[in-house]
Amino acid sequence: MRSEGRFGWLDQLLGQLLSEDLPVRELAPEPGLAPARSISIDPEHWGRLGQATGHTGCRWVGCWGEDTGDELIVHACFEKDRGYMLARTRLRRLTPILPSHTPYHPAADRSERHLQDLFGVAFSDHPDPRRWVRHQAWSASEFPLRRDFPAAGHPLAQTPADNGYKFLHAQGSGVCEIPVGPVHAGIIEPGHFRFQAVGETILHLEERLGYTHKGTEKLAEGRDAAGLARLAARVSGDATVAHSWAACMAMEKAAGIELPARALVLRAIMAERERIANHLGDIGAICSDVSLGFGFYQFSRLREEWQRISLAAFGHRLLMGCIVPGGVVADLEPAMIPAQREQIRAVRPQLGRLMDILTTSPTVVNRLAGTGRLAPALAAGFGALGYVGRASGIDRDLRRDAPYAPYDRLKIPVAVSKDGDVAARLRVRAEEISGSLVLIETLLAELPPGPVCVPWTPPAPDAQGLGMVEGWRGETLAFVRFGDEGRIARYYPRDPSVINWPLLELLVEDDIVPDFPVCNKSVNGSYSGNDL
Amino acid sequence: MLRILGKVQRIGIVTEDLAPWSDRVLTEVGTQLKAAVGMRFRGSLAIRQIDAGSCNGCELEIHALTNPFYGIERFGVHFVASPRHADLLLVTGPVSRHMEEAVRRTYAATPDPKLVIAVGDCGANGGEFGVNYASAGAVANVIPVDAVIAGCPPSPLALMRGILEAIGANRLAARSP
Ligand code: SF4
Repeated sequence: MRSEGRFGWLDQLLGQLLSEDLPVRELAPEPGLAPARSISIDPEHWGRLGQATGHTGCRWVGCWGEDTGDELIVHACFEKDRGYMLARTRLRRLTPILPSHTPYHPAADRSERHLQDLFGVAFSDHPDPRRWVRHQAWSASEFPLRRDFPAAGHPLAQTPADNGYKFLHAQGSGVCEIPVGPVHAGIIEPGHFRFQAVGETILHLEERLGYTHKGTEKLAEGRDAAGLARLAARVSGDATVAHSWAACMAMEKAAGIELPARALVLRAIMAERERIANHLGDIGAICSDVSLGFGFYQFSRLREEWQRISLAAFGHRLLMGCIVPGGVVADLEPAMIPAQREQIRAVRPQLGRLMDILTTSPTVVNRLAGTGRLAPALAAGFGALGYVGRASGIDRDLRRDAPYAPYDRLKIPVAVSKDGDVAARLRVRAEEISGSLVLIETLLAELPPGPVCVPWTPPAPDAQGLGMVEGWRGETLAFVRFGDEGRIARYYPRDPSVINWPLLELLVEDDIVPDFPVCNKSVNGSYSGNDL
Repeated sequence: MLRILGKVQRIGIVTEDLAPWSDRVLTEVGTQLKAAVGMRFRGSLAIRQIDAGSCNGCELEIHALTNPFYGIERFGVHFVASPRHADLLLVTGPVSRHMEEAVRRTYAATPDPKLVIAVGDCGANGGEFGVNYASAGAVANVIPVDAVIAGCPPSPLALMRGILEAIGANRLAARSP
């Protein structure tokens, strides 16, 4: 069995913890969570689990909470050798104290603070217990994701600005502080960046996010499956396919629903179209950030043409609302098969010629080469996701490594570079466009006949599901728990940006402030997907 | 450089009337927009866009207005970096409570007379998010709004039409000295 190779480390880890007499046990497999394996451990030993997974070289994937009314459940997800482990612990609602995983897994930092702000879990040895997603919309003694907190909350007539957050200050002669945002100069999402700079050189960047927090997780509670799909499509509008697929996959696994083959292929075509659209747009925007108007116009032209075929083929320029529980909302018009093929044939040579120009044009090369370099060791330590990780040597892609239909029977090209700079991220993204063009051609060629949707049948109360897809930004997760009558009790989407945002702080160090926009665009974290 | 020029020449001007997509509608809307901008804003309408908590879908379509197909600058409309330079605020929502004060301050920093357009279903009425502990919902719940452009997200053409309607309306004229 392939899965044994994937989980050798987990068996060893369990053996190790049991030999220390720790109360850890493996839980009975749940089809909704497969292929992940689940363990449970007491809260007192949660920190030891973090330490042991850290020593084993596990990647920290995500953590989230649940309030059952009687107690709080905290889940943490780890991965090694392409095997996923879900760990769970139960906390008393009155004393929800838990050791932190952040000392062993730096990637856990902000997600634990997200849990702290929304569930009131106190992480006893967290190195940075400042609030994170909470600004001033609720008080320190309120926890919006607790059951007894009403969705409407208790807001003031006017929510004040978020004063009093303690940023790190650099001191010394010539150091100046540059606050940027939340309203930025361009047409982009809001967030705050605090630079400590000497002259033009960035000593330190600190991100302050949470500005777009709009209650997404709370709003999921009580929805039916179709309602959750609508919400998931809006977790991050640029990754609408990734999040709706992950959420629907989680619900379908929980309900034990098998999808028709045609629906799966259509979902994959959409996912690849979304990947290409975003890469085209971002490459154009990177050109614009280094004042190559030519590149911006060419790539934004290609993106516009791409979106128009998405509209004609699937009914929405961003493909929002096209994925529904049980399949996809509508079949592809037969004419849109050749139309997509024709567009691919037209885009391919243009992409090649444009990338030739970009990668040899001195103005572009000078600005991008060596800029915003993320060292491979740092990327690996954080578990960097998507093209950010792949451009820093991390050869990871769920479509190949934890394959789900229809990718499980396809050859997935994975572009990797070790350079780690903005130029590498640009090249990797261009290669991913080429790879996705081939994938769409393959998927169109073998589009199976049959229905595109099966009726939705809600699962029993308490059923859980875990959805995982390789969205255009990288590994995108969705955890779903059902309550009574097919209603959603809990939804947590883990956007890849949650992992990648802190890396932006690190990769701009020693770069110059004017290069920040292009570094930011080359990573392109989602604010909305991070803040929820 | 030669290759860039070669490519520019080969591609030519793609800014077009979009006939297969919208039946000359874009040209029509664009022409009217240009006329309205000419009349009311002396040929130059400065827009400051504010993301007040959106999912970023609306931003992608607003951004598309600057691509060569729509090329909204040719109609005299341009996006500016500071509210102090703006005639019009294009605000996407829902307004998250964490963005409320930033939205109010940006509004206050925009010189009078000014117009505000709430963009997207979320900006118009809270959309999928509505009003909750973290979301103040529609833009109009936070600052005065002159017009809305519905859609999730509105297409670039719908955005152009909405801007045209908002500046064509007599509101601003009535408030102008
Ligand atoms: S209207 Fe739609 S696209 Fe715009 S912010 Fe709301 S959910 Fe996103």
